[in-house]
Amino acid sequence: MTDKKIRVLVAKPGLDGHDRGAKVIARALRDAGMEVIYTGLRQTPEMIAEAALQEDVDVVGLSVLSGAHMALAPRILELLKMNGQTRVKVFIGGIIPDEDLHRLKEMGVTGVYGPGASTEDIIRDVKVAVEG
Amino acid sequence: MPMNLVQSILAGERLALSRLLTQVENDTSAGREALIELFPHTGKAHLIGVTGAPGTGKSSLVNQLALHYRKTEDKKVAIVAVDPSSPFTGGAVLGDRVRMRDLSGDPKVFIRSMASRGSLGGLAQTTASLAQVFDAAGFDIVIIETVGAGQSEVDVARLAQTTLVVEAPGLGDDIQAIKAGILEIADILVVNKGDRPGVENTEKALKSMLDLAHPTQRIFQHHGTAMRTAAPVSAASATPIWIPPIQRTISTDGTGIEKLAELIAKHAAHLRSSGDWAVRERARLEVELATLIRTALMKRFQETVSQSLYESTLQKIIQRTTSPWEAAQILLKEM
Repeated sequence: MTDKKIRVLVAKPGLDGHDRGAKVIARALRDAGMEVIYTGLRQTPEMIAEAALQEDVDVVGLSVLSGAHMALAPRILELLKMNGQTRVKVFIGGIIPDEDLHRLKEMGVTGVYGPGASTEDIIRDVKVAVEG
Repeated sequence: MPMNLVQSILAGERLALSRLLTQVENDTSAGREALIELFPHTGKAHLIGVTGAPGTGKSSLVNQLALHYRKTEDKKVAIVAVDPSSPFTGGAVLGDRVRMRDLSGDPKVFIRSMASRGSLGGLAQTTASLAQVFDAAGFDIVIIETVGAGQSEVDVARLAQTTLVVEAPGLGDDIQAIKAGILEIADILVVNKGDRPGVENTEKALKSMLDLAHPTQRIFQHHGTAMRTAAPVSAASATPIWIPPIQRTISTDGTGIEKLAELIAKHAAHLRSSGDWAVRERARLEVELATLIRTALMKRFQETVSQSLYESTLQKIIQRTTSPWEAAQILLKEM
């Protein structure tokens, strides 16, 4: 009961209202034995960074389908750093064009997943990122 | 390192606070050391428990209540929200924050979600310790939201000074209302979703339950304690006994929240004037002590009794050659 659990914040920044993907991921990570803090729709980067701080999560998973990922992701990474949460790994799922994929990873995003990504891969990547 | 952590927490550093909460939740030695350091700083906060069946609107109510304390009384508010862990995978989806978005951006609010991690009483094993950390960190109000509770998840009433039991229209009749358990622990009954049809019936059922009740002193039975200790003499006989009031609320728009906060303040005043505050504090700390002793004994047992002896004894029970009672005696002798 006292072993360390992987804690993941699943959040949907921005204005699109499609949260099915975020819920599928939350459920999959739960079934993999992780503790998932689900924050719901229309979160600002500030709200996400604050929740990540209060919950002391290992991972932040962002679901972005609006195309605003190049604006939202850097802001969230910056806020996490400002709060001293440099160990937190950030994952993004959604509709991400290939040309943005590398730029996101350069910024410090650990994993990027598009439609059709398997939940097994995501679970494995999260575990590797946190536990090494 | 723990000393620095403690200093940072007393100084109000939120990242240090958050990291310590994780240590305490995971019951690490660093977490325990910090708890020992912080203990002298505890005992100042008002712990408010919020419990009730799933879907009655506990999280939304907590959101409104915290907003009220921030807007009208400028109190520092911490929230510990517990949701269930899966009994199969140990994973959890903690969704209480979804209803608490109004509170974000306020540096005097701190929300922490917790998974129950196998505990069955509506709280996690370390929820009380997390509340203690918030208390020491200078939060005036600590709201503890339980998992969606059925009839016997009553641990929160041992922890909190004031317990709210949240009901909603359409959940049960007047027989449900006279059963023992969760309704008994209410210091205040909240009928939430007051804009839904059937709210009058729910209130009526609760009212008739209260009318049937014999005014009893609601101090917990001592079955959780390690020793038979002298029951403290209460001064309560001199003061009127608290009858749980019923408050109707609509937590989506805040209706009834101001009155609810008044009732909570009134209850706290009653506890202090009647001496019940001290009685409850004693009962709570006694249960905590007993729990720690039980856990330590169990740990010592696991460390001293060999796995193979345990296995072979268990096999004998399965084969019906030894009874569980005899087996327990045999294993305990090894300690």
